[in-house]
Amino acid sequence: MKDKGGFEIPDFTKSPTIDKVGVEERVARFQTRSIKNESKMQGLKLALNMIDLTTLEGKDTPGKVRQMCYKAMHLHDMQSGLPTVAAVCVYPTMVRVAKNEVKGSGVKVASVSTAFPSGQAPRDIKIRDTKFAVDEGADEIDMVISRGRFLSGDYNFVFDEIATIKEACGHARLKVILETGELATLDNVRRASDIAMHAGADFIKTSTGKIQPAATMQVTYTMLEAIRDFHLLTGRMVGMKPAGGISNSKLALHNLVMVKETLGNDWLSNEWFRFGASSLANDLLMQIMKAETGFYQSSDYFSID
Amino acid sequence: MERLEVLKTYKIYIGGKFPRTESGRYYSPKNAKGEALGNICLSSRKDVRNAVVAARKAFGDWSERSAFNRSQILYRMAEMLEGRRAQFVDELVFQGAKKANAEKELNMAIDRLIYYAGWCDKYVQVLSSVNPVSSAHFNFSTYEATGVVGVIAGEKTSLLDLVSIVAPVIAGGNTCVVIANEHLPLCAVTFAEVLNSSDLPGGVVNILTGKLNELLAPLSTHMDVNAIAYAGSDADTKKTLQLNSVENLKRVRAYDMNWFDEKSQDLYMISDFQEVKTTWHPIENIGGASSSY
Repeated sequence: MKDKGGFEIPDFTKSPTIDKVGVEERVARFQTRSIKNESKMQGLKLALNMIDLTTLEGKDTPGKVRQMCYKAMHLHDMQSGLPTVAAVCVYPTMVRVAKNEVKGSGVKVASVSTAFPSGQAPRDIKIRDTKFAVDEGADEIDMVISRGRFLSGDYNFVFDEIATIKEACGHARLKVILETGELATLDNVRRASDIAMHAGADFIKTSTGKIQPAATMQVTYTMLEAIRDFHLLTGRMVGMKPAGGISNSKLALHNLVMVKETLGNDWLSNEWFRFGASSLANDLLMQIMKAETGFYQSSDYFSID
Repeated sequence: MERLEVLKTYKIYIGGKFPRTESGRYYSPKNAKGEALGNICLSSRKDVRNAVVAARKAFGDWSERSAFNRSQILYRMAEMLEGRRAQFVDELVFQGAKKANAEKELNMAIDRLIYYAGWCDKYVQVLSSVNPVSSAHFNFSTYEATGVVGVIAGEKTSLLDLVSIVAPVIAGGNTCVVIANEHLPLCAVTFAEVLNSSDLPGGVVNILTGKLNELLAPLSTHMDVNAIAYAGSDADTKKTLQLNSVENLKRVRAYDMNWFDEKSQDLYMISDFQEVKTTWHPIENIGGASSSY
């Protein structure tokens, strides 16, 4: 059987197995790079520009979403030359509010869908959920996979579901959330990544942010390797979005080092790499201001998002 | 067989733990006889950064504790200091003090903690006020902790000036980052061991050792430090502190005083690190009576 790009769909039970010890060793190396001031500044700004500023709470209100959208466009106005974040990420019902707020700023609107975060809903509802978000103006859709089906070995179901949602997305880019915290092993992470990419994912994403552990470097590295192998096989680039748990600049820089050394410079833009985070933005801003002024910073002087 | 000399490594105190300096550096100050005092951590600006983070984290809990509980803990600190009497006297003598003076310094330090322990649940009542206003409002001012205070010990003593200034700062609900006396650091570190065994939550007092000219700038320019307390008398240090504090308008208090003097302890040492909050509370104009407050 061939996928839409004309490539043979592999037998996912034969996805490569992952050497956990090897991954841990490799990941530890990424954290020992000496990053000089100039590259650090560049890295911090790049990371800012890769953030999907996120609010996914039951208590979200239009006011909260508008406030976050303002923050997305005006990270720290007293400092010139700062980028905006890449996108804001909200629930489908908040897409229209967000879309109106960020109009003309270049900030994209991403919406979670498919009964986020559990994914426990019938397929037709998931499709409607997705179409609703797209109709409201979402530029990107973050879907969750059915982890229960995946864990019980029903890979075809997971594959078909992703392919169906991809169709429902139309022009919107599709990010597929694997929720790696529930997949238990790196072997499963690799397999789920392969399934998602072959089924048409534009991005693969680690987590919903609702489950711990979220985006550990081990998991992200495993997914980056899957993206690299998929690219070698098909020539298609797939984006990566670690989400949840990346709350400080150091971790963000380690992630950028990992992307560069695994996938190369082509992935170092917000078209192909994103951080799903909310508190990361202020930490990056504080690091940037520390570098600019020489003074250690206080969160008192940065807006709450 | 002759034993090898064991030179104690004095570690710094951050967030209730005793890490070595992140820089891995040490120095060995000497006493007048030329004997090395010990291996002392030469803290770096990153230790200052970590200590301020720890102090900020501890601030919420500490400032919101009941005043009575803060009082209990300060009293407990005095008790623990008393229990380590011999060690402190030895260290003070080793650093060059006469035995009698060492005893006196320790006694003063203990008494000072007791003094401020007593104030913990009283200063707010004494300092606060109900203010007369010409409108129908109940208007009152009360006192709240300033936040994270950078404390720079003086140049003269190893223990007393540090205790004299840390006690009022924490009695008022602040947390602090202390830079110990560069040349007489032993008692500061041993005092940290006292703090660690006296119910004081980690991060309320953080103590760094090292070179003042290296640590002064990162601490006094830090945007998350709300006030600076200096227990010494060096004019240049004072000027640097004031200049560096401009960026976020830190409150700077320098105390050029003899800490052996009873008069060096008072209520206003506490209020120096307090913020006044005034509340205008509307009241009904009952029976034509105006607010006479």
